[in-house]
Amino acid sequence: MFDILQYSFIQNAFIASFFVSIGAAIIGYFMLVRGLTFAGHAFSHVGFAGAAGAVWLGVNPIYGLLAFTIAAAIGIGSLGKELRERDITIGIMFTLALAFGVLFLFLYRGYAEEAYSILFGTILGISSLTVLITAFFSLMTIGLVLLVFRPLLFSSFDPEVAEARGVPTQKLAIAFLILVAITVSVSVQVVGVLLIFTLLVGPAATAIRLIKGPYQTIGLATVLGLLYSWISIFLAAETNLPVSFYIATLSFGVYLPVRLLVKKNI
Amino acid sequence: MSTPIIELENVDLTLGERAILHNISLTINEGEFIAILGPNGAGKSTLLKLLLGLYKPTSGSITVLGKTPKRGNNEIGYAPQHRTLEADLALRARDVVGFGLDGNKWGIALPNKKRDKHVEQALDEVDMKHLADMPVGKLSGGEQQRLLIAQALLTHPKILLLDEPLSNLDITNAQVVVSLITKIARNRKMTVLLVTHDSNLLLPVIDRVLYVANTHSAIGKSEDVITSEGLSKLYNSPVEVVRAKGRLFVIGEEH
Repeated sequence: MFDILQYSFIQNAFIASFFVSIGAAIIGYFMLVRGLTFAGHAFSHVGFAGAAGAVWLGVNPIYGLLAFTIAAAIGIGSLGKELRERDITIGIMFTLALAFGVLFLFLYRGYAEEAYSILFGTILGISSLTVLITAFFSLMTIGLVLLVFRPLLFSSFDPEVAEARGVPTQKLAIAFLILVAITVSVSVQVVGVLLIFTLLVGPAATAIRLIKGPYQTIGLATVLGLLYSWISIFLAAETNLPVSFYIATLSFGVYLPVRLLVKKNI
Repeated sequence: MSTPIIELENVDLTLGERAILHNISLTINEGEFIAILGPNGAGKSTLLKLLLGLYKPTSGSITVLGKTPKRGNNEIGYAPQHRTLEADLALRARDVVGFGLDGNKWGIALPNKKRDKHVEQALDEVDMKHLADMPVGKLSGGEQQRLLIAQALLTHPKILLLDEPLSNLDITNAQVVVSLITKIARNRKMTVLLVTHDSNLLLPVIDRVLYVANTHSAIGKSEDVITSEGLSKLYNSPVEVVRAKGRLFVIGEEH
């Protein structure tokens, strides 16, 4: 049953998804808390353009993903505080990004497989080098979030008091968006652009309903994210169906009963 | 006995095109309990933000605790005007109060008995210890307000700035919050500035009122400041103050 583990591409998938799921769960919690889930969604679309551009230029898609999403993070971050107005700008920006993605794919004239893997993930086909890059960026993100943990949580909950207490809320907001961009970039490889929510938001949204306390919530979200990915890779390898299908189904399959059965913390 | 703790001299504040405050000069002494009154949009909250260093005056000088205000001052506790607290954050009462202690420090909060004790003491001071593990979204308006006061008190500030702590509270809960603030302020010999639009609950406990309207201000005993003559001058239009059944009503202020 576990003989699939001897294949190096399966090993790569397990290792890469280990780092990605942990980073995604932590960042996902803060995205929920800060009301930034829509921005995360937008980043994945911007990332699509970046990945497609990279494919067209013949470089590793992860570089295109990082470059485009980080640029978008700085752009959105410097737009300022008004969240509602920002959503409109974000919406307009990501449709433009999608348009460029289409253009790059058209120019590339390669196999549809590339587009498919950007849209739905390629975790079973990533190279050892990509695993290293993924691990590096995920660990960096996790480390940085832990470093700014308290001020980030404080400013998410109560920006005014946090600012009065000397927390650099504006700088933190931009820094956090950049961390979201990096997390989206590495997550796209696992679940693809279209299913990004399943790893980023799914585990945290479920955990928030099940447990009290920020640390406890993040802990549970991490465990859930990791379980979703690993079980899915295993199932996918056994059944030859797409990994991201399983992750999305598991994520939804756990969230739905929790959403319906557990009373919200209000 | 009366040592000045907050001093404003000829302070002007213009935000964008709009003059918010003009030529404000006043002195507040150590241990005073001041109610800041005035119509909506008169600049009451802005005044608190000036004291916190969140805004800089366009001209004039401000001295708080002997220094020019700068953000990140642990000697000032602040609870801004609050909407209902977010229910979705998975935060408990103790987490919110804990922000007051170390929310501005880097890193994560490691398990620490001393820290827990501080937080629980603060919760106890506002009679909320039994609700320490309750998700904030489940607390009532009055309980949430008490929580935010506890948070503001954690650094043992010398000055407490409260922006509309009584709004959205029914009269019973507002009464509880007022007596709580009064008790804590007296015990700690703290200077309190409390913004409100309804002074009646506060008049028995405060030392002086600061009335802000029409970019100007007046400070003094409530019976000297809240008069038809005084407020008419401040608003620069006729205002009538009516005293009925032990309550004060200001008529004609919204124009």
